[in-house]
Amino acid sequence: MSLPPFEEVVALHSTTVLRVCRAVLGGGGGAADAEDAAADALLAALEAYPSLRPDSDVRAWLVTVAHRKALDVARRSARRPRRPLEEPGPATGADQGVGSDGALWAALRALPDKQRAAVTLRHVGDLAYAEVASAMGVSEAAARRSAADGLRALRASYRRTDDEEEMA
Amino acid sequence: MTDVDDVVDGLRADLAAPDEAAASRRLHERLVAAAAERDLLDVAYRTVDSPVGRLLVAATPVGVVRVAFDRQGHDAALAELAATVSPRVLAGGARLDGAARALDAYFSGRSHRVEVALDLRLAAGFRRRVVEALPGIGWGEVVTYGELARRLGAPGAARAVGTGCARNPLPLLLPCHRVVPAAGGPGAYAGGADRKRWLLDLERGA
Repeated sequence: MSLPPFEEVVALHSTTVLRVCRAVLGGGGGAADAEDAAADALLAALEAYPSLRPDSDVRAWLVTVAHRKALDVARRSARRPRRPLEEPGPATGADQGVGSDGALWAALRALPDKQRAAVTLRHVGDLAYAEVASAMGVSEAAARRSAADGLRALRASYRRTDDEEEMA
Repeated sequence: MTDVDDVVDGLRADLAAPDEAAASRRLHERLVAAAAERDLLDVAYRTVDSPVGRLLVAATPVGVVRVAFDRQGHDAALAELAATVSPRVLAGGARLDGAARALDAYFSGRSHRVEVALDLRLAAGFRRRVVEALPGIGWGEVVTYGELARRLGAPGAARAVGTGCARNPLPLLLPCHRVVPAAGGPGAYAGGADRKRWLLDLERGA
């Protein structure tokens, strides 16, 4: 058994890579940052790819690399002076998602770091809790807790949005 | 749990870029360009349409390493490249421009000699000697397996020459179609006997 051509990996998973990066960085001026992070992640993955064990879960590995690269870009852009447009916040205009008009995305970005990471890795990247734990450097139980807490907060904000819509 | 699923589905939909297909294409282009620049594009490939069907053409930084006919299975050829050369295999890039032009010139009859850098690493031992001798057989010329064996100083190795031709990693660019059985007819060909006949007819001006 050997590794498939990297082209196959990109074709199957580049959308997931981009979503993970958008979870960390997206919204407003962050959309371009998210695409930069996804590009960084794919290049880093290509470089390391030949040393990956053929029986590895390539998708999980790629999600972990993407999440790490997105955090790197987030740290770099936090040190960079922002223009008002680049303030993190809910998605707006053309960049806005279709699911909850960006409300859940905004709520995700408002979560504490650990919860945001756990929700992103588990529910956007589809990693198993053991993989989430090792990517975050915490125990599996802690990873489960962070994901559950984060999801509860998202659900609360989702309900709130619904209520507001009903009242309007 | 429906609530949770709604939240997860909603979040994923929020995170989908407005045009994910376009975003994926942009990412792929950036990856190929950056990989070429950083010497990480170990194998670049593209498929080209030709009179003998769709061809897979793949190249390393050294030169074209593989040409595969559609009946050989392009996916299988790519998997083999990933296993034997490097799994850093990507579609696209400018590396195949020269090979695509050379094939075009060959099929149009404008060029009787294919001048493009080749990487012969997929042919070793006697097979390597066989494929290296192929450019010595010119456009329109035909030799038998036995004659090529004699040219290689291995009379009696006609069968091994046949194997070398059958497993030529670079058909068309290295003209194994010009080697035929002494008994007559075009003989076997990785692209199919009918295509071998077509190529020989092309070169005869038929």
